[in-house]
Parts: sequence; structure tokens; C-alpha cells
Amino acid sequence: MGANVYKNKKPVFFFLIPAFLFMAVFLYYPFIKNIINSFQVIPGLGSPSKGFNDPWYANYQRMLTDEAMHTALKNTLIMMLVTIFGQVGIALVLALLVDNISKGAQFFRTVYFFPIVISATALGLMFNLIFLYDKGMVNQLLEMMGKTTLTDWKDPAHALVIMMLPVMWQYVGFYFVILITGLNNISQELYEVAAIDGASKIQRIIYITLPLLRNVICTCVVLAVTGALKVFDFPWVMFPKGMPLGQTWLTGTYMYYQVFNTRNIGYSSAIAVLIVILGILTSKIVNAVFKEVDY
Amino acid sequence: MKHKKRIAPSTIIIYVILSLWALTTIYPIIWVIQNSFKAKNEILADSFSLPLGDLFTLANYKTAFERLNIFSAYRNSILISGTVAIVVILFAGFASFALVRYNFRGKKLLQSLVIAGMMFPVFSTIIPVFRMLNSWHMVNTESLWMSLLSVALPQIAGNMSFAIVILTGYIRSLPIELEESAYLEGCSAYQTFFKIVVPLTKPSFATVGIFSFLWSYNDLFTQMFLLRLPEHRAITRLLNELTSQEGTNYGLMAAAVALVVIPVIFVYICLQKQIIKGMTAGAVKG
Repeated sequence: MGANVYKNKKPVFFFLIPAFLFMAVFLYYPFIKNIINSFQVIPGLGSPSKGFNDPWYANYQRMLTDEAMHTALKNTLIMMLVTIFGQVGIALVLALLVDNISKGAQFFRTVYFFPIVISATALGLMFNLIFLYDKGMVNQLLEMMGKTTLTDWKDPAHALVIMMLPVMWQYVGFYFVILITGLNNISQELYEVAAIDGASKIQRIIYITLPLLRNVICTCVVLAVTGALKVFDFPWVMFPKGMPLGQTWLTGTYMYYQVFNTRNIGYSSAIAVLIVILGILTSKIVNAVFKEVDY
Repeated sequence: MKHKKRIAPSTIIIYVILSLWALTTIYPIIWVIQNSFKAKNEILADSFSLPLGDLFTLANYKTAFERLNIFSAYRNSILISGTVAIVVILFAGFASFALVRYNFRGKKLLQSLVIAGMMFPVFSTIIPVFRMLNSWHMVNTESLWMSLLSVALPQIAGNMSFAIVILTGYIRSLPIELEESAYLEGCSAYQTFFKIVVPLTKPSFATVGIFSFLWSYNDLFTQMFLLRLPEHRAITRLLNELTSQEGTNYGLMAAAVALVVIPVIFVYICLQKQIIKGMTAGAVKG
């Protein structure tokens, strides 16, 4: 690089300015501003700040005593486990299975990926119909199988599971595709050698596939964990405002609620900062656990 | 085709398991679409039967077009997401070209800023963005164009980092010889970019464009914040309001979901390879 062609440096500014101006104005500046806001008293989205809190960390202190915030945090952590074991786990099983078949792999890839392109809002409405109390798909199915009473899937006993199920379901195909790409990169010769040495299929998976797939799985888990922090559409469409009884709050939906329903902007900003910190922490933890290995 | 050996039982089990998951991803959509052609009481009586003969009705769609501004919501969505995709492709293309081909002071810093840009969740920037756009009178405004632009601007910035990462990776792999000969022919840097680099980078531009468009089209959160007036709503926002307005009109809900989903299915079937690549590219690279 640094070839003669590009010795004249004048065009650099022309090329760089638009993109970085956009990011500076709508990404970096708001990000910093949000951190500052989180220490302030701001009574409404459009109203000016009333200055810094006393003590300056009061918005963060408030989280400690806010029951709904505790629910939101607990649910978000559960959501992370669901995305790790549900999304990446199921995706891994499906990917290992598809690796064994000769026909139809492309079909499954297309079909599994399909929910990701559809907006979670539309899918949320669809799941509302599926889990409808008064004879949605699931209750009709159970009735056909001989159940006589209708189950309210949105009651406190079921709400959390029903909120997380669609989130999990939607993104399995995403990790499936990433893992399949990883599997295709593993040289076929390794398997052949192992087969000659008498390794069974299960042994080949445990001793060849999984270790070689480790970095790809690590990437998937990081994406799954940070993805869990970004979940908003499904819970907001299916269980608005933490319904029932504030049981289904997630950090994202609770932050939105604080903005528009209680108009506590400083507090919302603090929750947003917490989301960022959680994202950084969890991805560090995942990376430490999986420790990237170079083969 | 010859059937030399019989199919092993394990293979059959594998196909059964794979098909079961496929069923969970396809059937719910088919179920919604078939029920969108049925009246509410028919859905509640038996939602699994196909809408044939007497069951078939277009009443839900008629209501949907009469009561919901489906077309204007579509138009708004396409305007927003189209703008996002085009601006991201153009500006990210510029920036990637400069970051790959030029050496200058502060290049390392800019590269780390790009990576950092991918880490900011929308929650952490939306409030200041709203306050800023509000002070520019771009939200809660009568002007449709300003409203739509107010959604597009932060979405452009949100997709920029990802796009730059994808495009720098691709441009770096292009042979520099072509650009050198263009230089010797007397092309300026701008001409070299548009006449040599852009045509060669087309596949990656497609990847970036598809990803940005879909991401913007499906993004409910930004729309919830910035599109306050009913007639300015884009498609996901319209759907979100539907539950509170028409919560028990199940046929209408099914029709609305079908109306939003069917065009996407159509596009997905045509462009599935590019879409899958586009949506996973960031993950595999980063």
C-alpha cells in the first residue's frame, strides 16, 4: 500500500468527512451526551436539563431500590441464558445434523433463516394469535388432543416463557448459518483420517468438530449475549408495559417505559448506560471462558 | 438415479428432526395467511382448515385497506429504508476507500472509532438523538419529509460502522494494479473510485445495501421514538398500534400480518443467497 497513486492526500477529507460526520453527530456525540444525561435531572424528553443530581449518582442509586428494574435485570440475564442455550445450542445441533445429510441442506438453510428477515413486530402479532387464550392455535391444538380447559398463556405462570420463546425461535437460523459456514471450513480429510483410525461419528464430533468450531461458537455466544440486551420488539408487542404485573420487563423495554410513561429521562439514560456496561462485561466474560485459540 | 444402498435409519431420524424445526419456522406463517382469508368466528372454530369454499372471504383485507393506512405506511417505510441503504452504501464506500488506500495521520484512531461504533446499542444514543432532532424541529412536525428524515438519519449512522467493516475488507482484497493504470491514464482519485472501485465492489455494496434496508425496515424502536404522528407511521409502527386499536379483530390482525410479511417473503425467495450473506457477513467478519 501507500502506492504512488494515492500520494495526493487532498481527496482523503472528501471521502472521509460524510461518513464520520454522520457517526460523530448521531453516534459518538449522543453516546457521550447520554452518559452525561444519566447524572442529571431531566423532567421530559423535550425539556432542558435541570442540572446535575445531588448526589451525582442518584439515578444509579435509584436502580438499587427499584423493584421493576430488578425484574428487568433478572429477566435480561435469563434471556441471555435462553439465547446461549436455546439459540446457539439448538443451532449447533441442527448444524451438526445437516452436516450429515447430502440432499436438502440448502433447503433447510433457506427455511431456518426465514424468520430473521421478517420484522419481530409482525411475528409478535402472529404469536399473539398463536397463544390467544380464546382459542388461538396452541389452545385449539391442545383441545384436539383432548384437553378440556383453555390455558391462558399470558398469565403470570406462563408469561416469561411465552415472551422468550419467540425471541429464541426467531434467531436460531442466524446462528445455524454461521455455524454451517464454520463447519464447511473444516477439512474433510481430518474426518477421513479419523474414520480410518476407527473413530465413531460421535467421537469425531467431540474430538474434531467441536474443538475446531470453538472460535465460531465463541463469536455466536458473544452475539447471542449482546443480542439478548437488544431485545425490544417481541416483548413490547406481546406483553406491553411489562404485563402481567410487571413480570416481563427487560432492560430495553423498561428503559423505553421510563422515557414515555414516567418521563424520567435521567433515569432512562442511566439504564441505557447500564445496558452498555452489561454488554461489555458479558462479552468479556464469554471471551475469557472460551479463550480464543489459534489453530 | 441408482439406489445402491438402503437409507440408514439414522439418516431418517436426522431428516425427521430437521423437518420438525423447518415446520416451526414455516407453518406459523402459513397458518396466519390461511386465517387471514377467514372470518373471526371461523378462525376460533377451526383455525387449521384451509380457507376453501364457504370459508373463503376477503373481508379482512377490505377492512385492512379501509381502516389502516397500509399503503402510506409502506411508502413511508420504503422511503426511509431506501434512503438509509443508498446513503450508507455511498458514504461507507467513500470512507472505506480512503481508509484502505490512503495513509494519513490518525488512521488508526478512525479505524478504532469505526469498531467502537458497532458496540453502541440504540438505547444508549436515542434520547440525545431525539432531543437534538427536536431542537431542529424535525420531530412532532407536520412535515412528513422531516419526520421520515428524522428516522433515517440515526439509522444511517447506526449502519455505517458495520458497512465500513464489510467494505474495507473487500476493497483491501482488490488488486491495486487497475487503479495504478487508471492513474497513469490521468484519472483523478474520484474518477478512479467511481469507474474502477465501485464496479468491482458491487457484490459487497449489495450485501451492505440489503442489510441496511432490512434492518431499517424492521426496526421498531427508532420508529417508536421519532414517528409521533399517525399519518407519518411506517409499517412496523402501524402494526404495533394495531394490538391496542383492533386487539380482538383476529381476522384483521392476520390480514395485516400477511400484508406485511408477503412482500418480504417474495423478496426473500428471490434474493435469499444475498440476504443470508448480507445479514451474517458482519458476524463472521467481526
